[in-house]
Amino acid sequence: MYQYDALDQAFVDRRVAEFRDQMRRHLAGELSEDEFRPLRLRNGLYVQRHAPMLRIAIPYGLLAARQLAKLADIARRYDRGFGHFTTRQNLQLNWPKLADVPDILAELATVQMHAIQTSGNCVRNVTADHLAGIAPDEVDDPRPYCEIIRQWATLHPEFTYLPRKFKIAVTGSPEDRAASEVHDIGLHLTRDAAGSIGFTVLVGGGLGRTPIIGQVIRDFLPLPDLLSYLEAILRVYNRHGRRDNLNKARIKILVKSLGIERFREQVEAEWRLSRDSSPLLPAAEVERVRGFFRPQPYETLEDFDATSGREPRFKAWYRYNTRAHRVPGYRAVFVALKAHGHNPGDMSSDQMDAVASLAERVSFGLIRTTHNQNLLLADVRQRDLYEAWLELERLGLAMPNIGTLTDMIACPGLDFCSLANAGTLGVARQIQERFDDLDYLYDLGDIEIKMSGCMNACGHHHVGHIGILGVDKRGEEWYQISLGGSANGFTALGEVIGPSVPKSEVASTIERIVEAYRALRADGERFIDTLRRVGLEPFREGAYATHPAAA
Amino acid sequence: MRRILRRREIVADDWRHLGEGAEEGSALIVPLVELRKDPERWRRWRGRLGVRLSSVDPVEELTADLPRLDLVAVEFPTPSDGRGYSAARLLRERLGFRGELRAVGAGVRQDQVFLLARCGFDAIELAQNEDPDAARRALDRYDVAYQGGSPEVALRRQRFSSRPG
Repeated sequence: MYQYDALDQAFVDRRVAEFRDQMRRHLAGELSEDEFRPLRLRNGLYVQRHAPMLRIAIPYGLLAARQLAKLADIARRYDRGFGHFTTRQNLQLNWPKLADVPDILAELATVQMHAIQTSGNCVRNVTADHLAGIAPDEVDDPRPYCEIIRQWATLHPEFTYLPRKFKIAVTGSPEDRAASEVHDIGLHLTRDAAGSIGFTVLVGGGLGRTPIIGQVIRDFLPLPDLLSYLEAILRVYNRHGRRDNLNKARIKILVKSLGIERFREQVEAEWRLSRDSSPLLPAAEVERVRGFFRPQPYETLEDFDATSGREPRFKAWYRYNTRAHRVPGYRAVFVALKAHGHNPGDMSSDQMDAVASLAERVSFGLIRTTHNQNLLLADVRQRDLYEAWLELERLGLAMPNIGTLTDMIACPGLDFCSLANAGTLGVARQIQERFDDLDYLYDLGDIEIKMSGCMNACGHHHVGHIGILGVDKRGEEWYQISLGGSANGFTALGEVIGPSVPKSEVASTIERIVEAYRALRADGERFIDTLRRVGLEPFREGAYATHPAAA
Repeated sequence: MRRILRRREIVADDWRHLGEGAEEGSALIVPLVELRKDPERWRRWRGRLGVRLSSVDPVEELTADLPRLDLVAVEFPTPSDGRGYSAARLLRERLGFRGELRAVGAGVRQDQVFLLARCGFDAIELAQNEDPDAARRALDRYDVAYQGGSPEVALRRQRFSSRPG
């Protein structure tokens, strides 16, 4: 993985010192809350419902074992011994003390980590496919380009005060595991006819209260032009994006109001003028960064059936919680943060420590975080799988439900977030309890539930096969259900099926929806495919069959 | 007497904004809208002339005026309005403006000066109640940066330079 050089280290150290001074001035009354807010946000610090929340950056979801151990240590010493992994591959601490945050950032800097630009109206953590570098169908590893973009975007002098937040995702596989089409910019690695690496550039995607799928602004952007083209897009957005209305300030609104053709013309015109004075991306720098992402020193092994003679629970885990690896004899292993009875994406300090140590033993000391709020050990020898499983089972991190209905995405919701209208965690528990039978889950197959506690859509409900949106109705928590969303490969926005349902009815409604699927499906047909084939209506009928009076 | 930060020095401001009681022949900063309202008056102005852009004024509109201008002031109404950073880079890098480029407005605070200087501002007129000494020190908060940028800030090392070599 990428290792800081003297510049990177000096930068994060200076940043900690700067923020320590800003915090001091705030606590001394020299910076009002209004003045402090944009400064603290650019260091990942929110003030939430009960306490501050600190969002720590995990660039493109890659962690060294010592970094995960440091996160465990910080969560234990400065928080309540757990953290929450997010859809953008970051980690949130929900109970730090305000005055401790500079010390936490200083601790992070000792292991080449930070919380820079994890919030605020600036370029956020650049995310990637969690199978980067090991997916069998990959064009190229997206992570070196993520790292280059991370550096370029960090305290960019021109683009640190944008109209609104700005999210970039990079993928290198045909299957989009990073939800790149619902990002402000999505970059898809590809090759031109001559075999040179470049990107298909999408722009203007996003969720929130106006969900929009990104559109292609450029079919092929040669790699050396990556930064100059990003600067052209950001400059057009910085100058012309709306600043009068927070809800209309994302780039997607600018792209929508101009239309993709006119927006493209503006960007290309800007690019023609600025290309020569824009930052260069020298081949040597690309090579330097790529050098940190070379394949691991894999052993020469052959694939073998690791499940032979093992117990059924291990076999189920192997089937659901491990993935193919491009190198024979290896598998990628999910660390499931979706155990029933636990908050999706939450992990205790003890679990983090143990997984860090397991990664040292079986996966080259590296851990990845995923968009779906799980972790991944990417490079496990097949002969180590059973040992890894035993340990994960002991830790409560082997729930064999990856890709099933209970592997759901959920934002922290009303329990933590000051923006939320309704709780998500209680609903997650309700769904976990209702669908606690693994055989039933397996029979239902691939179903993605995504749940947000408000229309800001941190839980990506628009692109869930089943989306759940918490709404406030006269002070009560109600839930709007949508169907047919998808974010991987065939991005689609779900459609709301009808009136929202009360909190107590969410799991029952979902059960009726999946029962409708069971009645309608063809042999081996996935939920989303049945839905696309027969349309929404039969599901709508099923959902409200015994609940017609929902307001 | 207003004090400003000019090229790392805190100096007495020798410019006046329109409405601050400038005498004929002195150095005066005029809002773009005033410049357009009575171009003849400002063509005859015998002192140094500067123009003040609001954060919504397109910087390209100044192209023809630049040879006549000794100063361009770019307004930051709040610290969070970042349009002026693009305006500055365009003035310096595209329109070739070499006169004084000054950040003005309620959004010009010590926590912005490092970015301002790196975008090409060589003069910083701080918001009221901001401490010029603290702002000058803030220029030195970072001695490294990832991007290229104006030489107004002395950097030990940069990663992505916009100029070859």
